[in-house]
Amino acid sequence: MPERTQKQRPAPQRSEEALVDTPAKSEAGEKLKADLDDLLDEIDDVLETNAEDFVKSYIQKGGQ
Amino acid sequence: MALRKILGMETEFGIFHRRAGDSNPIAASSVLINAYINSLDRSANASPIPRVGWDFVDETPANDARGLNLFTAMAPQVEIHLVNAVLTNGARYYVDHAHPELSTPECADPLTVVLYDRAAEMILVESMRQANAALPEGEEIVVYKNNSDRKGNSYGTHENYLMDRATPFSRVVAQIMPHFVTRQIYTGAGKVGSEAVGISSEQVPFQLTQRADFFEEQVGLETTLKRPIVNTRDEPHADAKKYRRLHVIVGDANLSQVSTFLKIGPTALVLCLVEDDCLDRTFVLKDPVLAMRQVSYDLSLRRPLELDGGGSITALDMQWEYFRSAQRYAESRGLDCIGGEPVGREVLRRWEHVLTALESDPMQLADQLDWVAKYRLINGYRERHDLRWNDARMAAMDLQYHDMRPAKSLFSRLGVETLVDDADAAVAMSEPPEDTRAYFRGKCLQKWADDIVAANWDSMVFDIGDDPLRRVPMMEPTRGTKAHVGSLLAECETSAELLRRLGS
Repeated sequence: MPERTQKQRPAPQRSEEALVDTPAKSEAGEKLKADLDDLLDEIDDVLETNAEDFVKSYIQKGGQ
Repeated sequence: MALRKILGMETEFGIFHRRAGDSNPIAASSVLINAYINSLDRSANASPIPRVGWDFVDETPANDARGLNLFTAMAPQVEIHLVNAVLTNGARYYVDHAHPELSTPECADPLTVVLYDRAAEMILVESMRQANAALPEGEEIVVYKNNSDRKGNSYGTHENYLMDRATPFSRVVAQIMPHFVTRQIYTGAGKVGSEAVGISSEQVPFQLTQRADFFEEQVGLETTLKRPIVNTRDEPHADAKKYRRLHVIVGDANLSQVSTFLKIGPTALVLCLVEDDCLDRTFVLKDPVLAMRQVSYDLSLRRPLELDGGGSITALDMQWEYFRSAQRYAESRGLDCIGGEPVGREVLRRWEHVLTALESDPMQLADQLDWVAKYRLINGYRERHDLRWNDARMAAMDLQYHDMRPAKSLFSRLGVETLVDDADAAVAMSEPPEDTRAYFRGKCLQKWADDIVAANWDSMVFDIGDDPLRRVPMMEPTRGTKAHVGSLLAECETSAELLRRLGS
């Protein structure tokens, strides 16, 4: 039987502002950003044309 | 020793009948599913059509009453069989409440679940194609693989894990709860904003999961209101003296196959550790329901979660705890319980990889995890057009990420890694897995559909003419595999011969 404990480690020391940060940037992130730019160049062609009506009329009841 | 984890998923899809006036979702769901079944009928080379109804006899009274009342109230009697189809791949395809729902066949490893989940998507895509071809000009039925309409209505993607009845359920609840709360960091499908009362777009512009807003209890039987993190539905669909089926309602519908693999694989493995009582350390969250949202609302993944009795831990560190226990478990006891070495090692490898990447820079996982892929796309569009998070275009893109129409799906444009080939998934639309009882169900339906009156997870009912109906029980999910019955099924020419040789 492994030893059992209820609580272990103290909270990691991290700055408060990290809590509201969006995810950090990196080199890999920059590469993905370039791919994203290409995608964003053409995405308007497939997006729902009337976003507000679409969002309003999408109603789903009776789910688990 | 932990029980071999037989696995499955049930997905309720969102359904939207465009330009149809007052069309109701139950009717649209019936049209969708019937269109698919009818198309199998018309296909010249197809196997015999499984016009086989679902057999409710072994369902729990609560479920039975709810399902039958709904169907008799809303659909003509003759339609009952058509909206409760059993497919030749061993899956169930039906109208549940007001949604089309597809339950995968029983699978013996997490990668096979991914394969049958992809097959399910392809079945829905083909269903849309067939249904829309028959609808009046301009009308269209569109299916979404998500879990929320963004107005406080949620619908589920449930997971199922076969467990040993001998394991105390209290231990299952205590030890799996922190996993369910913290696995959200890689299982989430992402959502713009929050549907929880009183949470503004400024407070939560984007969150990790679709479902976290909807959980109000720690443990309970409900699935449609006051949803619990650990669901107690006790309906094993197998020998109840030996087995329990853990019915998990806390997860998101994933488009990313990596997310699906990591929703099922680590959870299955952690449940093996629970059965064998092998977690190195256990933790009790002070408020798991609150923690569900704290994790989902925190894109930094750094927020400490309070522990019962003091102290705290982040979701990432909690996942590292589970991972390290699982790694040690694999070294000492092997990975047979989740399908053997290759697939088990892949679970550990990918689990470790995403935890490492989430710790340094989650955006590295934009080609692997749903919430990251969705966040990157929508935030990129937002920045380019200088929009606020509460702009309707953000919400519309969120919904359209899950659009199952190939030409409209935003997910399919993001180059997210796949784990299974579409060619294999196309085969899995009609062929069952070979290593669970789904093989027996699917093959019997392929060969003798006309003789099968009804089927469900743990039995099939045959009508072979003059005799009374014969029920073949299938109480062992690991029996009825190709290894067990493959040659028997091949040798028998008629279902009567099969029943005689089975001795039933």
